[in-house]
Amino acid sequence: MLNVNDINVYYGAIHAIKGVSFQVNDGEVVTLIGANGAGKSTILNTVCGLLRSRTGSIEFLDKNLASIPAHKVVELGMAHVPEGRRVFQQMTVEENLEMGAYTQARSTIAPNLERVYGQFPRLKERRKQVAGTLSGGEQQMLAMGRGLMSNPKLLMLDEPSMGLAPILVEQIFDIIRQLHQGGTTILLVEQNARMALSVADRGYVLETGKIVATGTGSELLHDEAVKKAYLGG
Amino acid sequence: MSFLNNVITGVSLGSIYAIIALGYTMVYGIAKMLNFAHGDVIMVGAYVCFFAMGSFHLPPVAGVVLAVLVCTVLGMAIERLAYKPLRAAPSLAVLITAIGVSYFLQNSAQLLWGAATKVFTPIVGTSGNSSLELIPGQLSISYVAVLSIVCCIVVMVGLTLFTGQTKLGKAMRACSEDKGAAQLMGIDVNATISMTFAIGSALAALAGVLMCSAYPTLSPTTGSLPGIKAFTAAVFGGIGSVPGALLGGILLGVIEIFAGAYVSTDLSDAVVFAVLIIVLLVRPAGLLGRYVPEKV
Repeated sequence: MLNVNDINVYYGAIHAIKGVSFQVNDGEVVTLIGANGAGKSTILNTVCGLLRSRTGSIEFLDKNLASIPAHKVVELGMAHVPEGRRVFQQMTVEENLEMGAYTQARSTIAPNLERVYGQFPRLKERRKQVAGTLSGGEQQMLAMGRGLMSNPKLLMLDEPSMGLAPILVEQIFDIIRQLHQGGTTILLVEQNARMALSVADRGYVLETGKIVATGTGSELLHDEAVKKAYLGG
Repeated sequence: MSFLNNVITGVSLGSIYAIIALGYTMVYGIAKMLNFAHGDVIMVGAYVCFFAMGSFHLPPVAGVVLAVLVCTVLGMAIERLAYKPLRAAPSLAVLITAIGVSYFLQNSAQLLWGAATKVFTPIVGTSGNSSLELIPGQLSISYVAVLSIVCCIVVMVGLTLFTGQTKLGKAMRACSEDKGAAQLMGIDVNATISMTFAIGSALAALAGVLMCSAYPTLSPTTGSLPGIKAFTAAVFGGIGSVPGALLGGILLGVIEIFAGAYVSTDLSDAVVFAVLIIVLLVRPAGLLGRYVPEKV
Protein backbone atom coordinates (compact mmCIF):
# COMPACT_ATOMS: atom_id res chain seq x y z
CA MET A 1 0.00 0.00 0.00
CA LEU A 2 2.74 2.42 1.02
CA ASN A 3 6.18 2.08 -0.44
CA VAL A 4 8.88 4.42 0.83
CA ASN A 5 12.11 4.07 -1.04
CA ASP A 6 15.44 5.66 -0.11
CA ILE A 7 14.29 9.04 1.18
CA ASN A 8 16.72 11.71 2.37
CA VAL A 9 15.29 14.69 4.21
CA TYR A 10 17.17 17.79 5.33
CA TYR A 11 16.36 20.64 7.70
CA GLY A 12 18.63 23.25 6.21
CA ALA A 13 22.09 21.73 6.50
CA ILE A 14 21.00 19.01 8.91
CA HIS A 15 20.64 15.61 7.32
CA ALA A 16 17.68 14.31 9.31
CA ILE A 17 16.64 11.20 7.38
CA LYS A 18 19.37 9.15 5.77
CA GLY A 19 18.25 6.80 3.04
CA VAL A 20 15.21 5.31 4.73
CA SER A 21 13.09 2.67 2.98
CA PHE A 22 10.09 0.78 4.32
CA GLN A 23 6.79 -0.71 3.28
CA VAL A 24 3.31 -0.91 4.72
CA ASN A 25 1.10 -3.64 3.27
CA ASP A 26 -2.66 -3.72 3.08
CA GLY A 27 -4.28 -4.39 6.47
CA GLU A 28 -1.03 -4.25 8.44
CA VAL A 29 -0.11 -2.31 11.54
CA VAL A 30 3.47 -1.18 11.05
CA THR A 31 5.36 0.75 13.67
CA LEU A 32 8.41 2.98 13.54
CA ILE A 33 10.06 3.11 16.92
CA GLY A 34 13.03 5.06 18.10
CA ALA A 35 14.23 7.61 20.57
CA ASN A 36 13.31 11.26 20.62
CA GLY A 37 14.97 12.92 17.61
CA ALA A 38 15.49 9.72 15.64
CA GLY A 39 13.42 11.14 12.78
CA LYS A 40 10.13 9.33 13.22
CA SER A 41 7.88 12.37 12.85
CA THR A 42 10.01 13.72 10.03
CA ILE A 43 9.32 10.53 8.10
CA LEU A 44 5.56 10.85 8.59
CA ASN A 45 5.63 14.52 7.63
CA THR A 46 7.53 13.61 4.47
CA VAL A 47 5.12 10.82 3.58
CA CYS A 48 2.13 13.17 3.83
CA GLY A 49 3.85 15.92 1.85
CA LEU A 50 4.48 18.56 4.51
CA LEU A 51 8.21 17.98 4.00
CA ARG A 52 9.97 16.86 0.83
CA SER A 53 12.66 14.27 0.27
CA ARG A 54 15.62 15.15 -1.95
CA THR A 55 15.91 11.63 -3.29
CA GLY A 56 14.02 8.40 -3.73
CA SER A 57 10.29 7.98 -4.01
CA ILE A 58 7.16 7.59 -1.96
CA GLU A 59 4.42 5.54 -3.55
CA PHE A 60 0.96 5.25 -2.09
CA LEU A 61 -1.52 2.89 -3.79
CA ASP A 62 0.89 2.81 -6.76
CA LYS A 63 0.85 6.59 -7.10
CA ASN A 64 4.05 8.61 -6.77
CA LEU A 65 3.47 11.36 -4.21
CA ALA A 66 6.47 13.49 -5.25
CA SER A 67 4.49 16.19 -7.01
CA ILE A 68 1.27 16.01 -4.99
CA PRO A 69 0.77 18.89 -2.51
CA ALA A 70 0.04 17.97 1.12
CA HIS A 71 -3.60 19.02 0.98
CA LYS A 72 -4.25 16.65 -1.95
CA VAL A 73 -2.82 13.58 -0.23
CA VAL A 74 -5.87 13.23 2.01
CA GLU A 75 -8.08 12.72 -1.02
CA LEU A 76 -5.97 9.72 -2.01
CA GLY A 77 -6.93 8.01 1.25
CA MET A 78 -4.16 8.85 3.68
CA ALA A 79 -4.95 10.44 7.03
CA HIS A 80 -2.24 11.77 9.29
CA VAL A 81 -2.91 12.26 13.02
CA PRO A 82 -0.04 14.57 13.89
CA GLU A 83 2.23 14.63 16.89
CA GLY A 84 0.83 16.70 19.73
CA ARG A 85 -2.72 16.09 18.40
CA ARG A 86 -3.07 19.55 16.94
CA VAL A 87 -6.83 19.66 17.19
CA PHE A 88 -8.36 23.03 16.38
CA GLN A 89 -8.55 24.36 19.94
CA GLN A 90 -11.11 27.07 19.35
CA MET A 91 -13.48 24.94 17.32
CA THR A 92 -16.04 22.52 18.75
CA VAL A 93 -15.53 18.76 18.74
CA GLU A 94 -18.03 18.37 15.94
CA GLU A 95 -16.47 21.16 13.87
CA ASN A 96 -13.09 19.46 14.25
CA LEU A 97 -14.59 16.22 12.96
CA GLU A 98 -16.23 18.08 10.07
CA MET A 99 -12.81 19.47 9.14
CA GLY A 100 -11.55 15.89 9.06
CA ALA A 101 -14.15 15.21 6.38
CA TYR A 102 -13.22 18.35 4.43
CA THR A 103 -12.45 16.43 1.24
CA GLN A 104 -15.45 14.14 1.57
CA ALA A 105 -18.86 14.50 -0.08
CA ARG A 106 -21.39 16.18 2.19
CA SER A 107 -23.57 13.06 2.22
CA THR A 108 -20.84 10.98 3.87
CA ILE A 109 -20.40 13.31 6.85
CA ALA A 110 -23.44 12.18 8.86
CA PRO A 111 -22.75 8.41 8.62
CA ASN A 112 -19.04 9.01 9.31
CA LEU A 113 -19.88 11.11 12.36
CA GLU A 114 -22.06 8.30 13.67
CA ARG A 115 -19.29 5.77 13.10
CA VAL A 116 -16.67 7.91 14.86
CA TYR A 117 -19.06 8.67 17.73
CA GLY A 118 -19.62 4.89 17.99
CA GLN A 119 -15.86 4.36 18.31
CA PHE A 120 -15.41 7.28 20.70
CA PRO A 121 -18.60 7.70 22.75
CA ARG A 122 -16.86 10.35 24.85
CA LEU A 123 -16.65 12.62 21.82
CA LYS A 124 -20.39 12.37 21.28
CA GLU A 125 -21.02 13.55 24.85
CA ARG A 126 -18.79 16.55 24.21
CA ARG A 127 -19.67 17.33 20.63
CA LYS A 128 -20.65 20.96 21.27
CA GLN A 129 -17.69 21.58 23.54
CA VAL A 130 -14.72 23.63 22.36
CA ALA A 131 -11.79 21.27 21.72
CA GLY A 132 -9.35 23.33 23.81
CA THR A 133 -11.32 22.44 26.94
CA LEU A 134 -10.94 18.67 26.44
CA SER A 135 -8.46 16.61 28.45
CA GLY A 136 -5.32 15.30 26.75
CA GLY A 137 -6.80 11.83 26.26
CA GLU A 138 -10.00 13.26 24.81
CA GLN A 139 -8.01 15.47 22.47
CA GLN A 140 -6.10 12.41 21.26
CA MET A 141 -9.40 10.62 20.62
CA LEU A 142 -10.62 13.69 18.77
CA ALA A 143 -7.46 13.83 16.66
CA MET A 144 -7.86 10.14 15.77
CA GLY A 145 -11.58 10.55 15.10
CA ARG A 146 -10.83 13.55 12.91
CA GLY A 147 -8.38 11.44 10.91
CA LEU A 148 -10.95 8.66 10.51
CA MET A 149 -13.55 11.11 9.16
CA SER A 150 -11.88 11.01 5.75
CA ASN A 151 -12.42 7.23 5.40
CA PRO A 152 -8.68 6.66 5.13
CA LYS A 153 -7.16 3.54 3.64
CA LEU A 154 -4.00 4.30 5.62
CA LEU A 155 -4.06 5.93 9.03
CA MET A 156 -0.77 7.41 10.25
CA LEU A 157 -0.56 7.97 13.99
CA ASP A 158 2.26 10.08 15.37
CA GLU A 159 2.92 9.44 19.08
CA PRO A 160 -0.71 8.83 20.07
CA SER A 161 0.33 7.95 23.64
CA MET A 162 2.43 11.05 24.21
CA GLY A 163 1.75 12.75 27.52
CA LEU A 164 -1.12 10.45 28.49
CA ALA A 165 -1.66 8.62 31.76
CA PRO A 166 -1.03 4.83 31.56
CA ILE A 167 -4.74 4.00 31.69
CA LEU A 168 -5.40 6.31 28.74
CA VAL A 169 -2.47 4.81 26.83
CA GLU A 170 -4.15 1.40 27.27
CA GLN A 171 -7.40 2.84 25.93
CA ILE A 172 -5.74 4.40 22.91
CA PHE A 173 -3.98 1.13 22.06
CA ASP A 174 -7.25 -0.79 22.50
CA ILE A 175 -8.72 1.51 19.88
CA ILE A 176 -5.74 0.90 17.59
CA ARG A 177 -6.34 -2.88 17.97
CA GLN A 178 -10.02 -2.42 17.16
CA LEU A 179 -9.21 -0.37 14.07
CA HIS A 180 -6.74 -3.04 12.99
CA GLN A 181 -9.35 -5.78 13.41
CA GLY A 182 -11.74 -3.65 11.39
CA GLY A 183 -9.25 -3.75 8.52
CA THR A 184 -7.69 -0.26 8.72
CA THR A 185 -4.04 -0.16 7.70
CA ILE A 186 -2.01 1.74 10.27
CA LEU A 187 1.44 3.27 10.34
CA LEU A 188 2.25 3.95 13.97
CA VAL A 189 5.09 6.09 15.25
CA GLU A 190 5.83 5.66 18.93
CA GLN A 191 8.38 6.26 21.65
CA ASN A 192 6.49 3.76 23.78
CA ALA A 193 8.18 0.87 21.99
CA ARG A 194 6.75 -1.93 24.11
CA MET A 195 3.14 -0.90 23.49
CA ALA A 196 3.76 -0.18 19.84
CA LEU A 197 5.44 -3.54 19.16
CA SER A 198 2.69 -5.39 21.02
CA VAL A 199 0.05 -4.20 18.53
CA ALA A 200 2.22 -4.15 15.42
CA ASP A 201 2.54 -6.81 12.75
CA ARG A 202 5.94 -5.47 11.82
CA GLY A 203 8.26 -2.81 13.11
CA TYR A 204 11.25 -0.75 12.08
CA VAL A 205 13.77 0.61 14.58
CA LEU A 206 15.05 4.05 13.75
CA GLU A 207 18.26 5.56 15.06
CA THR A 208 19.48 9.05 14.11
CA GLY A 209 17.75 9.01 10.77
CA LYS A 210 18.56 5.42 9.76
CA ILE A 211 16.72 2.13 10.02
CA VAL A 212 18.89 -0.15 12.17
CA ALA A 213 16.60 -3.13 12.71
CA THR A 214 13.40 -4.57 11.34
CA GLY A 215 11.23 -7.58 12.03
CA THR A 216 7.83 -8.69 13.21
CA GLY A 217 6.46 -7.12 16.35
CA SER A 218 7.28 -10.10 18.53
CA GLU A 219 10.73 -10.58 17.00
CA LEU A 220 11.68 -7.05 17.89
CA LEU A 221 10.08 -7.35 21.33
CA HIS A 222 12.45 -10.23 22.05
CA ASP A 223 15.50 -8.87 20.23
CA GLU A 224 18.29 -8.36 22.77
CA ALA A 225 19.59 -5.13 21.26
CA VAL A 226 16.12 -3.62 21.00
CA LYS A 227 15.29 -4.72 24.51
CA LYS A 228 18.39 -3.08 25.83
CA ALA A 229 17.98 0.18 23.98
CA TYR A 230 14.23 0.73 24.01
CA LEU A 231 12.48 -1.64 26.37
CA GLY A 232 14.44 -0.97 29.53
CA GLY A 233 16.63 -4.11 29.51
CA MET B 1 -29.75 66.81 21.77
CA SER B 2 -26.29 67.60 20.52
CA PHE B 3 -25.13 64.69 22.67
CA LEU B 4 -27.41 62.28 20.77
CA ASN B 5 -26.37 63.82 17.47
CA ASN B 6 -22.75 63.16 18.40
CA VAL B 7 -23.56 59.58 19.35
CA ILE B 8 -25.18 59.03 15.94
CA THR B 9 -22.25 60.59 14.07
CA GLY B 10 -19.79 58.61 16.19
CA VAL B 11 -21.52 55.29 15.67
CA SER B 12 -21.80 55.81 11.92
CA LEU B 13 -18.14 56.79 11.62
CA GLY B 14 -17.30 53.86 13.88
CA SER B 15 -19.29 51.52 11.63
CA ILE B 16 -17.03 52.46 8.74
CA TYR B 17 -13.93 51.95 10.89
CA ALA B 18 -15.32 48.58 11.94
CA ILE B 19 -15.77 47.45 8.32
CA ILE B 20 -12.16 48.43 7.55
CA ALA B 21 -10.89 46.92 10.80
CA LEU B 22 -12.46 43.59 9.83
CA GLY B 23 -10.13 43.45 6.84
CA TYR B 24 -7.09 44.02 9.05
CA THR B 25 -8.19 41.55 11.65
CA MET B 26 -9.15 38.74 9.26
CA VAL B 27 -5.91 39.00 7.34
CA TYR B 28 -3.94 39.13 10.58
CA GLY B 29 -5.84 36.14 11.92
CA ILE B 30 -4.96 33.96 8.97
CA ALA B 31 -1.71 35.31 7.50
CA LYS B 32 -0.33 36.66 10.79
CA MET B 33 0.68 39.86 9.02
CA LEU B 34 -0.37 43.49 9.21
CA ASN B 35 -1.46 44.53 5.76
CA PHE B 36 -0.66 48.23 5.83
CA ALA B 37 -1.75 48.55 2.22
CA HIS B 38 -5.32 47.86 3.33
CA GLY B 39 -6.07 51.58 3.78
CA ASP B 40 -5.04 52.31 0.22
CA VAL B 41 -7.38 49.67 -1.13
CA ILE B 42 -10.12 51.85 0.41
CA MET B 43 -8.90 54.75 -1.68
CA VAL B 44 -8.85 52.67 -4.89
CA GLY B 45 -12.41 51.54 -4.19
CA ALA B 46 -13.55 55.12 -3.75
CA TYR B 47 -11.88 56.22 -7.01
CA VAL B 48 -13.47 53.35 -8.94
CA CYS B 49 -16.90 54.32 -7.64
CA PHE B 50 -16.17 58.01 -8.32
CA PHE B 51 -15.32 57.41 -11.96
CA ALA B 52 -18.09 54.86 -12.47
CA MET B 53 -20.67 57.38 -11.31
CA GLY B 54 -19.04 60.58 -12.57
CA SER B 55 -17.51 59.64 -15.92
CA PHE B 56 -19.64 56.68 -16.94
CA HIS B 57 -22.86 57.88 -15.31
CA LEU B 58 -23.56 54.50 -13.77
CA PRO B 59 -26.11 54.34 -10.96
CA PRO B 60 -24.60 54.36 -7.42
CA VAL B 61 -25.33 50.66 -6.88
CA ALA B 62 -23.39 49.74 -10.00
CA GLY B 63 -20.57 52.02 -8.83
CA VAL B 64 -20.36 50.23 -5.50
CA VAL B 65 -20.50 46.78 -7.08
CA LEU B 66 -17.76 47.72 -9.54
CA ALA B 67 -15.60 49.13 -6.71
CA VAL B 68 -16.05 45.91 -4.73
CA LEU B 69 -15.14 43.75 -7.75
CA VAL B 70 -12.05 45.77 -8.63
CA CYS B 71 -10.79 45.79 -5.05
CA THR B 72 -11.43 42.06 -4.61
CA VAL B 73 -9.21 41.34 -7.58
CA LEU B 74 -6.69 43.96 -6.43
CA GLY B 75 -6.51 42.43 -2.94
CA MET B 76 -5.93 38.94 -4.33
CA ALA B 77 -3.30 40.26 -6.74
CA ILE B 78 -1.44 42.09 -3.94
CA GLU B 79 -1.41 38.90 -1.87
CA ARG B 80 -0.27 36.76 -4.79
CA LEU B 81 2.46 39.09 -6.04
CA ALA B 82 3.75 40.83 -2.91
CA TYR B 83 3.04 38.65 0.12
CA LYS B 84 2.88 35.04 -1.06
CA PRO B 85 6.55 34.91 -2.08
CA LEU B 86 7.36 36.01 1.49
CA ARG B 87 5.30 33.33 3.24
CA ALA B 88 8.42 31.94 4.93
CA ALA B 89 10.19 35.28 5.39
CA PRO B 90 10.58 37.04 8.75
CA SER B 91 7.61 39.18 9.69
CA LEU B 92 9.62 42.39 9.47
CA ALA B 93 10.23 41.79 5.75
CA VAL B 94 6.51 41.30 5.19
CA LEU B 95 5.68 44.43 7.17
CA ILE B 96 8.07 46.56 5.13
CA THR B 97 6.68 45.06 1.93
CA ALA B 98 3.18 46.03 3.05
CA ILE B 99 4.30 49.61 3.58
CA GLY B 100 5.91 49.50 0.13
CA VAL B 101 2.66 48.29 -1.43
CA SER B 102 0.87 51.12 0.34
CA TYR B 103 3.16 53.74 -1.23
CA PHE B 104 2.93 51.96 -4.56
CA LEU B 105 -0.86 52.23 -4.56
CA GLN B 106 -0.82 55.89 -3.48
CA ASN B 107 1.67 56.86 -6.14
CA SER B 108 -0.07 54.84 -8.83
CA ALA B 109 -3.30 56.63 -7.99
CA GLN B 110 -1.54 59.98 -8.20
CA LEU B 111 -0.07 59.04 -11.58
CA LEU B 112 -3.36 57.76 -12.95
CA TRP B 113 -5.82 60.22 -11.46
CA GLY B 114 -3.75 63.23 -10.44
CA ALA B 115 -2.98 64.67 -7.03
CA ALA B 116 -5.83 67.16 -7.01
CA THR B 117 -8.58 66.51 -4.49
CA LYS B 118 -11.83 65.42 -6.10
CA VAL B 119 -15.28 66.08 -4.71
CA PHE B 120 -17.04 62.78 -4.20
CA THR B 121 -20.78 62.59 -4.84
CA PRO B 122 -22.39 60.70 -1.95
CA ILE B 123 -24.10 57.52 -3.07
CA VAL B 124 -27.27 58.32 -1.10
CA GLY B 125 -29.15 61.46 -0.07
CA THR B 126 -28.16 63.68 -2.96
CA SER B 127 -31.66 64.54 -4.16
CA GLY B 128 -33.19 67.13 -1.86
CA ASN B 129 -33.01 66.09 1.77
CA SER B 130 -29.77 64.43 2.83
CA SER B 131 -30.93 63.43 6.27
CA LEU B 132 -33.78 61.94 8.17
CA GLU B 133 -35.33 64.21 10.82
CA LEU B 134 -35.86 62.21 14.00
CA ILE B 135 -36.93 65.23 16.09
CA PRO B 136 -37.53 68.12 13.66
CA GLY B 137 -34.89 70.80 13.99
CA GLN B 138 -33.07 69.03 16.79
CA LEU B 139 -32.12 65.44 16.03
CA SER B 140 -31.39 64.10 12.58
CA ILE B 141 -29.48 61.27 11.01
CA SER B 142 -28.02 61.48 7.52
CA TYR B 143 -28.87 58.80 4.99
CA VAL B 144 -25.17 58.06 4.65
CA ALA B 145 -24.99 57.42 8.41
CA VAL B 146 -28.01 55.11 8.22
CA LEU B 147 -26.46 53.26 5.30
CA SER B 148 -23.09 52.94 7.09
CA ILE B 149 -24.67 51.47 10.20
CA VAL B 150 -26.86 49.12 8.17
CA CYS B 151 -23.88 47.97 6.08
CA CYS B 152 -21.85 47.34 9.21
CA ILE B 153 -24.62 45.22 10.74
CA VAL B 154 -25.13 43.26 7.51
CA VAL B 155 -21.38 42.65 7.15
CA MET B 156 -21.04 41.51 10.76
CA VAL B 157 -24.00 39.15 10.58
CA GLY B 158 -22.84 37.87 7.21
CA LEU B 159 -19.30 37.20 8.39
CA THR B 160 -20.46 35.56 11.60
CA LEU B 161 -22.68 33.20 9.62
CA PHE B 162 -19.93 32.59 7.07
CA THR B 163 -17.23 31.67 9.59
CA GLY B 164 -19.62 29.80 11.90
CA GLN B 165 -21.80 27.84 9.49
CA THR B 166 -20.16 27.32 6.11
CA LYS B 167 -17.51 24.80 5.18
CA LEU B 168 -15.23 27.46 3.67
CA GLY B 169 -15.66 29.71 6.70
CA LYS B 170 -14.78 26.90 9.08
CA ALA B 171 -11.78 26.03 6.94
CA MET B 172 -10.70 29.64 7.31
CA ARG B 173 -10.85 29.37 11.10
CA ALA B 174 -8.96 26.09 10.96
CA CYS B 175 -6.23 27.75 8.87
CA SER B 176 -5.96 30.68 11.25
CA GLU B 177 -5.37 28.25 14.13
CA ASP B 178 -2.96 25.79 12.58
CA LYS B 179 -2.00 25.84 8.91
CA GLY B 180 -0.14 22.53 9.05
CA ALA B 181 -3.04 20.67 10.61
CA ALA B 182 -5.43 22.38 8.17
CA GLN B 183 -3.38 21.00 5.28
CA LEU B 184 -3.59 17.52 6.78
CA MET B 185 -7.39 17.89 6.60
CA GLY B 186 -7.10 18.57 2.87
CA ILE B 187 -7.65 22.31 3.13
CA ASP B 188 -5.83 24.35 0.47
CA VAL B 189 -4.15 26.93 2.71
CA ASN B 190 -2.99 29.20 -0.11
CA ALA B 191 -6.48 29.37 -1.59
CA THR B 192 -7.90 30.14 1.85
CA ILE B 193 -5.45 32.99 2.41
CA SER B 194 -6.28 34.35 -1.02
CA MET B 195 -9.99 34.19 -0.20
CA THR B 196 -9.38 36.10 3.05
CA PHE B 197 -7.64 38.89 1.17
CA ALA B 198 -10.53 38.94 -1.32
CA ILE B 199 -13.11 39.34 1.43
CA GLY B 200 -11.07 41.97 3.30
CA SER B 201 -10.51 44.01 0.14
CA ALA B 202 -14.16 43.80 -0.89
CA LEU B 203 -15.04 45.22 2.53
CA ALA B 204 -12.40 47.92 2.08
CA ALA B 205 -14.06 49.01 -1.17
CA LEU B 206 -17.42 49.24 0.55
CA ALA B 207 -15.88 51.23 3.40
CA GLY B 208 -14.14 53.54 0.93
CA VAL B 209 -17.39 54.42 -0.78
CA LEU B 210 -19.16 54.98 2.57
CA MET B 211 -16.26 57.03 3.92
CA CYS B 212 -16.18 59.30 0.88
CA SER B 213 -19.96 59.65 0.96
CA ALA B 214 -19.77 60.87 4.55
CA TYR B 215 -16.66 63.05 4.03
CA PRO B 216 -16.84 63.82 0.31
CA THR B 217 -13.25 64.54 -0.63
CA LEU B 218 -11.06 62.12 -2.50
CA SER B 219 -7.31 62.15 -3.07
CA PRO B 220 -4.58 59.49 -3.40
CA THR B 221 -3.89 59.68 0.34
CA THR B 222 -7.54 59.49 1.38
CA GLY B 223 -7.16 55.93 2.62
CA SER B 224 -4.14 56.32 4.84
CA LEU B 225 -5.59 58.00 7.94
CA PRO B 226 -8.81 55.91 8.06
CA GLY B 227 -6.56 52.91 7.43
CA ILE B 228 -4.37 53.70 10.42
CA LYS B 229 -7.40 54.43 12.58
CA ALA B 230 -9.12 51.20 11.59
CA PHE B 231 -5.89 49.36 12.35
CA THR B 232 -5.97 51.08 15.74
CA ALA B 233 -9.59 49.96 16.12
CA ALA B 234 -8.60 46.37 15.33
CA VAL B 235 -5.82 46.47 17.93
CA PHE B 236 -8.14 48.25 20.39
CA GLY B 237 -10.76 45.50 20.07
CA GLY B 238 -8.16 42.73 19.96
CA ILE B 239 -6.48 41.93 16.66
CA GLY B 240 -7.66 38.64 15.19
CA SER B 241 -11.09 38.92 16.83
CA VAL B 242 -14.07 39.68 14.59
CA PRO B 243 -16.35 40.98 17.38
CA GLY B 244 -13.31 42.92 18.61
CA ALA B 245 -13.08 44.74 15.27
CA LEU B 246 -16.72 45.78 15.61
CA LEU B 247 -16.37 46.93 19.19
CA GLY B 248 -13.05 48.68 18.55
CA GLY B 249 -14.38 50.40 15.43
CA ILE B 250 -17.55 51.73 17.07
CA LEU B 251 -15.73 52.87 20.22
CA LEU B 252 -13.04 54.58 18.20
CA GLY B 253 -15.62 56.44 16.09
CA VAL B 254 -17.55 57.57 19.16
CA ILE B 255 -14.40 58.62 21.04
CA GLU B 256 -13.16 60.56 18.02
CA ILE B 257 -16.42 62.48 17.57
CA PHE B 258 -16.79 63.15 21.31
CA ALA B 259 -13.20 64.33 21.61
CA GLY B 260 -13.82 66.65 18.67
CA ALA B 261 -17.05 67.95 20.16
CA TYR B 262 -16.07 68.34 23.81
CA VAL B 263 -12.29 68.67 23.82
CA SER B 264 -11.03 70.11 20.56
CA THR B 265 -11.21 69.02 16.93
CA ASP B 266 -7.46 69.53 16.69
CA LEU B 267 -6.91 67.08 19.51
CA SER B 268 -9.47 64.45 18.53
CA ASP B 269 -6.92 62.15 16.89
CA ALA B 270 -4.54 62.58 19.81
CA VAL B 271 -7.28 61.60 22.24
CA VAL B 272 -8.07 58.51 20.12
CA PHE B 273 -4.48 57.31 20.23
CA ALA B 274 -4.12 58.19 23.92
CA VAL B 275 -7.10 55.95 24.67
CA LEU B 276 -5.49 53.20 22.62
CA ILE B 277 -2.28 53.45 24.62
CA ILE B 278 -4.16 53.27 27.91
CA VAL B 279 -6.19 50.24 26.77
CA LEU B 280 -3.07 48.44 25.63
CA LEU B 281 -1.34 49.16 28.94
CA VAL B 282 -4.23 47.62 30.84
CA ARG B 283 -5.18 44.89 28.36
CA PRO B 284 -2.24 44.18 26.03
CA ALA B 285 -4.33 41.86 23.83
CA GLY B 286 -7.05 44.48 23.29
CA LEU B 287 -10.58 44.51 24.68
CA LEU B 288 -11.76 41.16 23.30
CA GLY B 289 -8.42 39.68 22.28
CA ARG B 290 -6.94 36.64 23.91
CA TYR B 291 -3.39 36.84 25.08
CA VAL B 292 -1.62 33.83 23.64
CA PRO B 293 1.90 33.47 24.98
CA GLU B 294 4.39 32.51 22.33
CA LYS B 295 5.52 28.92 22.67
CA VAL B 296 9.25 28.38 22.82
